[in-house]
Amino acid sequence: MVQFGIFTVGDVTTDPTTGRTPTEHERIKAMVAIALKAEEVGLDVFATGEHHNPPFVPSSPTTMLGYIAARTERLILSTSTTLITTNDPVKIAEDFAMLQHLAEGRVDLMMGRGNTGPVYPWFGQDIRQGIPLAIENYALLHELWRKDVVDWEGRFRTPLQGFTSTPRPLDGVPPFVWHGSIRSPEIAEQAAFYGDGFFANNIFWPKNHFQRLISLYRERYAHYGHGTPEQAIVGLGGQVFMRKNSQDAVREFRPYFDNAPVYGHGPSLEDFTSQTPLTVGSPQEVIEKTLAFRESFGDYQRQLFLMDHAGLPLKTVLEQLDLLGEEVVPVLRKEFAAGRPAEVPDGPTHAALLARRDVAELDAAAAEPAGSIA
Amino acid sequence: MNTLRLVVVSAGLSQPSSTRLLADRLAEATGRRLAGAGRAVDVDVVELRDLAVDIANNLVTGFPGPRLLAATEAVTAADGVIAVSPIFTASYSGLFKSFFDVLDNTALIGKPVLIAATGGTARHSLALEHALRPMFGYLRAIVPPTAVYAASEDWGAVGDAGAGGLADRIERAAGELAGLLTNRPSAEATVAEATIDEVVPFAQQLAALRPGKPA
Repeated sequence: MVQFGIFTVGDVTTDPTTGRTPTEHERIKAMVAIALKAEEVGLDVFATGEHHNPPFVPSSPTTMLGYIAARTERLILSTSTTLITTNDPVKIAEDFAMLQHLAEGRVDLMMGRGNTGPVYPWFGQDIRQGIPLAIENYALLHELWRKDVVDWEGRFRTPLQGFTSTPRPLDGVPPFVWHGSIRSPEIAEQAAFYGDGFFANNIFWPKNHFQRLISLYRERYAHYGHGTPEQAIVGLGGQVFMRKNSQDAVREFRPYFDNAPVYGHGPSLEDFTSQTPLTVGSPQEVIEKTLAFRESFGDYQRQLFLMDHAGLPLKTVLEQLDLLGEEVVPVLRKEFAAGRPAEVPDGPTHAALLARRDVAELDAAAAEPAGSIA
Repeated sequence: MNTLRLVVVSAGLSQPSSTRLLADRLAEATGRRLAGAGRAVDVDVVELRDLAVDIANNLVTGFPGPRLLAATEAVTAADGVIAVSPIFTASYSGLFKSFFDVLDNTALIGKPVLIAATGGTARHSLALEHALRPMFGYLRAIVPPTAVYAASEDWGAVGDAGAGGLADRIERAAGELAGLLTNRPSAEATVAEATIDEVVPFAQQLAALRPGKPA
């Protein structure tokens, strides 16, 4: 099945219709309220960004996700993204393994490089090394979660000798990892190499670019022997604003669009909705545009929507989540399930990874020659 | 031989525009020279004025709208380009520069690009040499030695002894561009597929990071 959820940037933005700017405290509490609402309306995933500069608040994702974990029961907690370039991979290994235990496995994470140049030196790194950092740091993280004792030496951090990252992953199964990218084929290649997920945050650009990136990932996933191209694990973004009546949605969202930090004061709402996945309209229009993703990118595993940005008030965001959970996602679940080939994997969960690991161990045991059992 | 594709980029703003007029004369002269050498040429004109909002939107969003995409693809696929800007405030116009800012910085590599400019007085003519030529040098285009500047006075006067008249300079520049294009295989054979498909195998990316390797 496709997993549906929301991802948040965590921006503190002035509401252009009232001129009011929430405090950091209000925004943080709003993010939590939005996550709880996501579970309440039947979504599967909540993911938070990681930022280290104003006007963004989520600098400490596992703290926030740990708190949300304690107040939810089914929601998968994830990131969008975790900075693999500037965080020490040792600390990522520890933080997310701890979160995984506290959340009973309801955790995965998405690796990203971050696109804010000044962040790199704040953490002692150099943006010109962005891709090499992403590659080396992830190689170490991957090993820390899979080997109890690690000897390691690389270019970007001090060597490790006989190091054990604690706690060990829950049930010995590391959290599932997505690699997020908007433009780098190197990251698609990295995701394919490890058999990890690839999340294409396709919300700001036209689809032909992402079709190339995703088909590259699918081909390379098969090349590295993880399955067929159709079995690769793909996630996509989406960005919507809905009202029952399409014209109401456009009228209400336009001032937020026109002043949005990312694309505001640029193209018209009409141009942007025709050229990118942004949908402003009725739930039915959102359903149609999202269903078209499958035509463009193939059957996929995770759909995350950006809902709480550009200064939208909390009350409005919660209304949007009601519409998403009640009117959009149930239809999408049904439509995506129809005609989905049996060999296309479901969205990743801890339980599924654990079951797959157990099957692999049984197969390995069964394959041993009888004489060796004694 | 295949038909050559020549794309004219004109950043003139008025209607009619002396910049476009100069661009058309350069295109006509180049086409005539090529015909004389037995090469057919298709000429496309990109009027940047019509794309001004699309170019600004691309700067804001990071991607081109459909009309701008068609223009950038035409330039990228061209065998040769004639690029003409009015001189504003001692340099190329902002619109002209912005178009080349949103064009992929590999789009002009090895491509002949004839440069020309218009202005109110001849005193700005060296802007071609200190602004346009270095920009196309950065983009690794092949820029013919003659760059054509047309001031208001050029449209109705004979030239000075050193520079020759405007008509002479147009002919000389067109001859140089046609010479660069004549022996060039059609761009169809050389247009590279998008670089997104050229991936370095992961093992190679990892190996490059092993300790002891030079940074």
